[in-house]
Amino acid sequence: MSDILKSLIEIVGERGVSDAPEELWFYSRDPGVLAPHKPDYVVAPKTTEEVQKIVQLAGRENIPVVPMGNGMSLAGLVIPLKGGIVLDMKRMNKILEVNAMGRYAVLEGGTSQGMLKAYLQKNHPTLRHSLPDAPPTTTIAANVALHGQGRLTNQYGFNSDMVTGLEVVLPTGEICRIGSPSIGPYWFSKGPTLPDLSGLFLGWLGCTGIITKVGLKLFPNKKFRDVELFVTDRVDLVPTMLYKLTHLEILEDVNVWFQPKPLMFLGNYHITMFFTGDTEEEIEFKRKMIWDALQEFMDSKDGGFMSVQYMKSALLEMPGRTIADFADVPKGGGFEYSGPIALIEHYPKYAAKVVELAEKYNVLYASAARLISGGHCMMFSISFAFNRNDPAMMERVEKALTEAMTFALDMGGVPWKPNFKEQKMVMQRMEPNALKLLLMIKKNLDPQGIMNPGNWEVTP
Amino acid sequence: MTYIRHIEHENIVHRCFRCGYCKFPDDYSDFNCPSYKAFGWDTFSPGGRMWLTRAWLAGEIETSPRFAEIMFSCVTCDNCKTQCVFPKFKDFLTDIFQETRAELVTEGRIPPGVRDYLKAVAVSGNPYKLPQSERGNWAKGTGLKPYQSQEYLFFAGSVGSYDEVGQKMAQSVGRLLVDAGISVGILGNEETCDGNDIRALGEMGLFAELAQANIDTFKAKGVKKIITLDPHALNTFKKDYPAIGGKFKVLHYTEVLAELIKKKKIKLKALPAKITYHDPCYLGRHQQIYQAPRDILKAIPKAELIEMSRSGLNAFCCGGGGGNFFTDILGTAKDSASRVRVREALETGASIIAVACPNCAKMLTDAVKMENLEDKLEVLGIGEIIEKAKK
Repeated sequence: MSDILKSLIEIVGERGVSDAPEELWFYSRDPGVLAPHKPDYVVAPKTTEEVQKIVQLAGRENIPVVPMGNGMSLAGLVIPLKGGIVLDMKRMNKILEVNAMGRYAVLEGGTSQGMLKAYLQKNHPTLRHSLPDAPPTTTIAANVALHGQGRLTNQYGFNSDMVTGLEVVLPTGEICRIGSPSIGPYWFSKGPTLPDLSGLFLGWLGCTGIITKVGLKLFPNKKFRDVELFVTDRVDLVPTMLYKLTHLEILEDVNVWFQPKPLMFLGNYHITMFFTGDTEEEIEFKRKMIWDALQEFMDSKDGGFMSVQYMKSALLEMPGRTIADFADVPKGGGFEYSGPIALIEHYPKYAAKVVELAEKYNVLYASAARLISGGHCMMFSISFAFNRNDPAMMERVEKALTEAMTFALDMGGVPWKPNFKEQKMVMQRMEPNALKLLLMIKKNLDPQGIMNPGNWEVTP
Repeated sequence: MTYIRHIEHENIVHRCFRCGYCKFPDDYSDFNCPSYKAFGWDTFSPGGRMWLTRAWLAGEIETSPRFAEIMFSCVTCDNCKTQCVFPKFKDFLTDIFQETRAELVTEGRIPPGVRDYLKAVAVSGNPYKLPQSERGNWAKGTGLKPYQSQEYLFFAGSVGSYDEVGQKMAQSVGRLLVDAGISVGILGNEETCDGNDIRALGEMGLFAELAQANIDTFKAKGVKKIITLDPHALNTFKKDYPAIGGKFKVLHYTEVLAELIKKKKIKLKALPAKITYHDPCYLGRHQQIYQAPRDILKAIPKAELIEMSRSGLNAFCCGGGGGNFFTDILGTAKDSASRVRVREALETGASIIAVACPNCAKMLTDAVKMENLEDKLEVLGIGEIIEKAKK
């Protein structure tokens, strides 16, 4: 047994560390198309202090540390590109506090989205959080660390915008609190009115520290929630439709999706609009506003509302179980997507690109855009499914996604959860002083380069 | 020796997305996969098993004690089948795990606890290594007679025949059936293991022998209808035996007792108690029998049935399925299924955990002791509860 393994066992106990081939194989990959790389150890801490000791050990031994939630980014963000320790954070899953009046929760980073949803439903039924469409096993810390989005993103922004405080283990092993919890007992603000240090960790994919606790905004959970579905075959009109809808300021979530299968969806663009209310009158009033906003497109016969009855429960379900179905369309257990953050006015060009890439690389596509912060931008997903038993198809998907990212950058878009190759593409285009600042921050926080190395590096 | 590995459903192993819905109940309130809950590694989840099985079939990982531990720690509770979001292959998840275990059995690379269990059943006809001549002793004083040509055979199973907790359950059911005037008999020393968990562990040869022996015995004695104590026996009699010529009408004892209560052949008096009911996986998810035990408990005057937060289709397993009752791969740590389950029962405020499976009864009884809850919680079979309330 190596000295490192002995030390890790001393920190987390025998059931908290593994160097068995089975764990090393599994934790070397994610469900996306990127090639795996084995860690040397997989460790599952239960406390911040254990994380601290592991990071201190990694620093002494100069070995990488890669924090992992459920590994469902599909972008290989937790593949240990340079080996070392993968930290499975899911045993740190306590819900520490809910301040109902202050509408925030304090959670250990490995808390799953599903468990937070269930906890709030049971104990605070008037509160909810912005649940992502990702599976319920995905974790709160991972979601904010990659600027995830959720069902309240049109209303309130990225889920990382909803952070109200952080506890982070720095690469030095020091434990650091960010925001209001750094000066008092309350977790209501991640930054303002102080300098906002949360930006040193949000979006950094674990490259600057390990998020061990998260303060998270909660929002009113209204008694009623409903959905409308508008369909058009005029992709050029979609931005205007979205502009009209966001002008209403009543929609918690707006998605635009198109896909070739099943065939009933082919050729149309579907706008799903989610809205809530505490009374049926409020719901009906909002429904009328939505219909009024899109009336002109119905008058010109450019679109119409589609009955949602048969798929209403699937649309309203959170998280949406049917979303994962896409992975099995080619009967192969996988899909991966690029999700650039882009201007809504560019929607038609992105939509055309998806179809073009699917045809060029002979892969199956689906796309679902989500509006962010009332229409300032959108996340435009370019999704391709693949068969895990077909390496050639996986290679085609990887090429299609790389080309999609090039296109997005050419369009002035910002990649969401870029993999290590896409990060390089970003850094090559970044304004030199911005890049200098980025690398300076990374170098200062993590001088040994042990935190999720291979990511946000000039030379991986 | 090099083995060519093959499992029947290997053409779908790669289709798992490892999204993890399979770990949860449908409200996501806690992890509902006993082995994932106990071990905490993704490798011990259904998705982990799917991905590792694929790697193993492809030769990317070798057979090892760890791999065997991962595969044999599945308690076949079927929660993953229920929760998986892929309708085109979800029904085959536990078949894939069972087929992988069968390959490991063929290779002879199985955990020692599994080996000992299989050996004990093979040699003694029961996992306790107790004499066959003692198998029917539990029935003394119940009024049950040897099966000759009665309408029903009451099949006690190994746990009901040999384990102290199981025997109490079997005895109470036996007395209730006799007192209600049911024409019923037992095989006693002629009974042998039903084979359900042997099959789940992948020892297909031994299962075939046991099943055939039972079928031959049933047929030789003219058995047409069977009442089982153990949902595991119910499951294999209904699901597996017909394919090899064993077609019988099979009922779980709670179905029979519920009907007797409905027809007033068993009359009940008040039993002021708060009771929570633990759904056995092989009665619930495997055989979809949820209502009969609840009908019984609801029929008891003054008894209050309080459901646990995870019940019915979402019930959390006691950890005793898939042979783990004997092999104990999940262990008895704080996050072992049975201990988690009794803590969940305690949260309801109930003083009685009602059970309908002798394996569950034993697992939960032991867990109550480990959690030091003996003064707060009592584990009782449905039959034992009826006897307490019987006029």
